[in-house]
Amino acid sequence: MSASVDALRALKAKFPQVTDRASRDCPAVDVPTPDLVAALKSLRDEAGFDLLSDLTAIDWAEGATPRFTAVYHLYSTASHAAVRVATPCVGDDAAPAVPSVVDIWPAANWHEREAYDMFGIKFEGHPDLRRILMWDGYPYHPLRKEFPLAGIETALPDLEVAEETQAKVIPAPMVGGPFVASSGEMNLTEAEPRAKDESWNERSAKPQA
Amino acid sequence: MATEIAFPDSAAKAAGAEQEFAPEKMSLSMGPSHPSTHGVLRLQMELDGEVLTKCDPIVGYLHRGDEKIAENMTYNQFVPYTDRLDYLAPLANNMAYAIAVEKLAGLEVPARCQAIRVLTAEMARISAHLMGLGAFGLDVGAWTVLVHSLNQREHLYKLFEELTGARFTTSYTRIGGVSRDVPEGWLGRVIAFCDQFEPALEETLALLTRNKIFQDRTVGVGIITKADALAYGLTGPNLRGSGVALDLRKDRPYSGYEQYEFDVPVGSKGDCYDRYLCRGEEMRQSVRIIRQIVAKFPSGDWYAKDARKIFAPPKDKILTSMEELINNFMIVTEGPQIPAGEVYFEAENPKGALGFYIVSKGGGVPWRMKIRSPSFCNLSILPKVCVGTMMSDVVTLLGSLDFVMGECDR
Repeated sequence: MSASVDALRALKAKFPQVTDRASRDCPAVDVPTPDLVAALKSLRDEAGFDLLSDLTAIDWAEGATPRFTAVYHLYSTASHAAVRVATPCVGDDAAPAVPSVVDIWPAANWHEREAYDMFGIKFEGHPDLRRILMWDGYPYHPLRKEFPLAGIETALPDLEVAEETQAKVIPAPMVGGPFVASSGEMNLTEAEPRAKDESWNERSAKPQA
Repeated sequence: MATEIAFPDSAAKAAGAEQEFAPEKMSLSMGPSHPSTHGVLRLQMELDGEVLTKCDPIVGYLHRGDEKIAENMTYNQFVPYTDRLDYLAPLANNMAYAIAVEKLAGLEVPARCQAIRVLTAEMARISAHLMGLGAFGLDVGAWTVLVHSLNQREHLYKLFEELTGARFTTSYTRIGGVSRDVPEGWLGRVIAFCDQFEPALEETLALLTRNKIFQDRTVGVGIITKADALAYGLTGPNLRGSGVALDLRKDRPYSGYEQYEFDVPVGSKGDCYDRYLCRGEEMRQSVRIIRQIVAKFPSGDWYAKDARKIFAPPKDKILTSMEELINNFMIVTEGPQIPAGEVYFEAENPKGALGFYIVSKGGGVPWRMKIRSPSFCNLSILPKVCVGTMMSDVVTLLGSLDFVMGECDR
């Protein structure tokens, strides 16, 4: 415990804008967004927090300032200390943003994709920021507080799904997805997405290089 | 001495046919319904011959929105959802979740309750590792191991059923305690299980450890370096297989783990074989912990009696006392009353560090709950470690990472 207190004391000396954050377990600090990358880098390099345990975000509901907070949990495999670092997201509700920390910990890659998927937070500098748990093309960010638990009703639901689930929401793609062959009177070789993508079959000739 | 074969060879070049033989990359989609992706993981790969040049794991096929669901129900109502995270070790998930909420409430459970939780978590670890071992053996062609390990797992499930009423989805813990005390004579049956399990485990491991075919498939395959393992946030046997001695049971003891003696196995090379060895040794150590718990099993309460607004009183009290009936009604309808604040707790689960980050604004429902699932983090290293491996080694690598998609996708 004392190792993490010392680390945060050193951090506060280096970055005067950093303030203590109320916490019921490990020591925690609030870091202003512009200092985030430098502060986390200094925690990793100088205080030995080599493991990014977790990265997530909190939605404080519409109208709150800040609306979104990004939270980082760091762990040191040498001193077995843990700290929490939080930073407010900048920008408006539709497109909040924080800098990406993928360069510091590659582990942040998937966590940031998840936070983007669930909250719509843009992690600036992320090499490949796309959805991870929901499918590509899904229009909402479901962990935002205004998103209802049952989903948002759509004018054009899939009737079969709506009949089954009593919910007129966008169904997850079952047909025509990347691995499910399209239904209908189609030749299976054509319907198979691999064949469609970059191969050739008995009907279409091999593309000339 | 190996002859170097140039391709296209000189004859093809002379005939001007290089274009025809020019290497062409092939894209291959493996899963989400594939026996060796252990659930609904999909790998979008790019192959140059048999060697991977790119690998993009696609997850989320089992996404059920557990974190959203958690924001809409009371703390106790969420316990059954934790069963369905790592569904091979539900008892360990139950414990991790309960401790996280109890930390937020500042609640200390009695020694007997802690011992019950640790005991069940270690049994869950054995059952999860048995399944992981069996499936890994199956992936590399050793069918017998699965039969042996499923047989042993069945013994454990019988014990779980007797204790919790369910074989698979146990929902055993409550905030502030467990759902019931251990039954009469159950601890003796746990020891009887250990007595027959230890020789059976040695026999099962002996099928693989010195098996030439198994070694050929796993030694030196899928090497994850220490630095990579840390950078990508691996935890559990996958991290220890790479040589980092991080075990939260030792390093940040919770629920009384500091009382028990056990060793933390660590690998040296970080290959699939090391990860296998770590899991095998962890099962031996779990048996050691179980024996110590049963030897000095604490008497006393099995739930926190002082947690008035958190743990629902036992049935006999509800039916005989008006105050207890009201208290029970309030806990069931409004949920255990947890103060405002935020807490992050990680437990050493069979797959790695399972973390719960809970933000509360007070009351019976969390404002935000993030589940840090070890399988999700462990899989994120695939794009890095798969490049340059053979297609058939990917199957070995997946088996050795021992992930559960229910936990990864949440």
